[in-house]
Amino acid sequence: MTLALEIQGLCKVYGDRFEALKGVDLKVEQGDFFALLGPNGAGKSTTIGIISSLVRKTAGTVKIFDCDIDQNFSQAKQYLGIVPQEFNFGVFEKIKDILINQAGYFGISRGLAVERANKYLKQLGLWDKRDEQARHLSGGMKRRLMIARALVHEPKLLILDEPTAGVDIELRRSMWEFLEEINAAGTTIILTTHYLEEAERLCKNIAIISQGEIVENTSVKDLLKQLSKEVFVLDTSNTVSSCPEVSGYLMRKVDENCIEVEVDKGRSLNALFDGLSAASIEVVSMRNKVNRLEELFISLVNQAPAEARNGG
Amino acid sequence: MEAKAQFIAFQTIFRREIRRFMRIWVQTLIPPVITMVLYFLIFGSLIGSRIGEMGGFDYMSFVVPGLIMMSVISNSYSNVVSSFYSAKFTKSVEELLVSPVPNYIILLGFVLGGTMRGLLVGAIVTSLSFFFTDFHIHSLAVTVGVIFLTSLLFSIAGLINAIFANSFDDISIIPTFVLTPLTYLGGVFYSIDLLPEFWQGVSQLNPVLYMVNAFRYGFLGVSDVSLVGSFVGIGVFLALMFGYCLYLLENGKRLRS
Repeated sequence: MTLALEIQGLCKVYGDRFEALKGVDLKVEQGDFFALLGPNGAGKSTTIGIISSLVRKTAGTVKIFDCDIDQNFSQAKQYLGIVPQEFNFGVFEKIKDILINQAGYFGISRGLAVERANKYLKQLGLWDKRDEQARHLSGGMKRRLMIARALVHEPKLLILDEPTAGVDIELRRSMWEFLEEINAAGTTIILTTHYLEEAERLCKNIAIISQGEIVENTSVKDLLKQLSKEVFVLDTSNTVSSCPEVSGYLMRKVDENCIEVEVDKGRSLNALFDGLSAASIEVVSMRNKVNRLEELFISLVNQAPAEARNGG
Repeated sequence: MEAKAQFIAFQTIFRREIRRFMRIWVQTLIPPVITMVLYFLIFGSLIGSRIGEMGGFDYMSFVVPGLIMMSVISNSYSNVVSSFYSAKFTKSVEELLVSPVPNYIILLGFVLGGTMRGLLVGAIVTSLSFFFTDFHIHSLAVTVGVIFLTSLLFSIAGLINAIFANSFDDISIIPTFVLTPLTYLGGVFYSIDLLPEFWQGVSQLNPVLYMVNAFRYGFLGVSDVSLVGSFVGIGVFLALMFGYCLYLLENGKRLRS
């Protein structure tokens, strides 16, 4: 399998002291939809900065589709599209000009650049705004503009640094669908996000970085298998005076129409519902208390500093 | 990046730079023209008529080449310094930094964009000067050569200033405290023959003096300094500053962390 991204021993020291990255190793396969998760300051943006050459690494190697960024800098960049966390376009430039110029920086002829710009402006719902200055766009439109700009040279690897931060639910979902489409069409995608629901919904594989180190790197499916317990919230149609006791399930009353149930991972829920029915409790809806990935994420990033303190 | 792709990238940056200053022409083209017309009126027509001859020519004819050069220098410099620093400030410079464009193409695109503004302002000011004085061009090659090289030189200087700048204050310090004194004391308004010997020597350390005089030679055929020396000096400065600016870009000075 071809690797879209291969990082080995990546280190970054800011100034003389602060080690932002402590030997990061990461492999992302071609065609993957990959999540890089971590708390603020964990090293996600530094890693992306090094891949895109905006940050100079202290040590290590980065290869994009087998092109070393130190040795074949130009080709490596041709493969890469970057959507940064912060808006970084000329606010007084027209939207279509931003895309056409970006294509020009990649050596794409003006005719083709205009064609590509039109295509992505339409796909990302910016066509009506094409002649407006970028400063007049809403926050969500600015995010879409940055995605369109990153795609205009049709990269094989697209890296998005928190692309849906501050974006409303409807727009976020439409962006998810768009990203799923381009991934299905063959573009490898790496995503950093604070919305773990986003990572769980979109990504096949995942790496969690904490304090400059990768603390987990596996498939989303395997990661979720690590969950030992899940907590469900059940809404009831009738009033619950006290929680019934059902063997194997730990229940807690939240309010008169809501109970929480802690269930061992993999355990059948049928007995739970039988027990609730026997107690004349009618369940009308059921959901996870928190996103499943969120629980693992918190335990993994909290575990990392403890291990570091213990010399682990 | 292949040569053709590099050329497309250069065209893109160059075109964007020209569009930028044309889009805001009220800020970029009109003020220098108004300033120069006032200079023509005050120093040339009003005060100049009482000064008499300078360097064998009436004062208006003497001062016009210097004023054209002054407008070209300041506009070439300010175009690049403000454009590149704004790109740094808005982070839109990252569009270029994440692309495969070689640094020398970035340098050429910005610098030639600035040169175009300098030359355009110079051309407008020259056209207006015909309303105030009659003169013939002594050597078109020298005139064009000096103005183009000087414009390039100060565009590069503007880019270096923008690379180092950390705030909008930083992009006005050099023009205010270095460029303006050098230009005003660079023989724009007077011949250095009028100065005492010591100050003539000091003036000869001012690079702008050579540019102004070489340009004046192109118009009038007179100069306070050697023409060949001026061209060599401008060429050496140009090569050194181009090399230094490229070095700064290659090393990502204040651009990459």
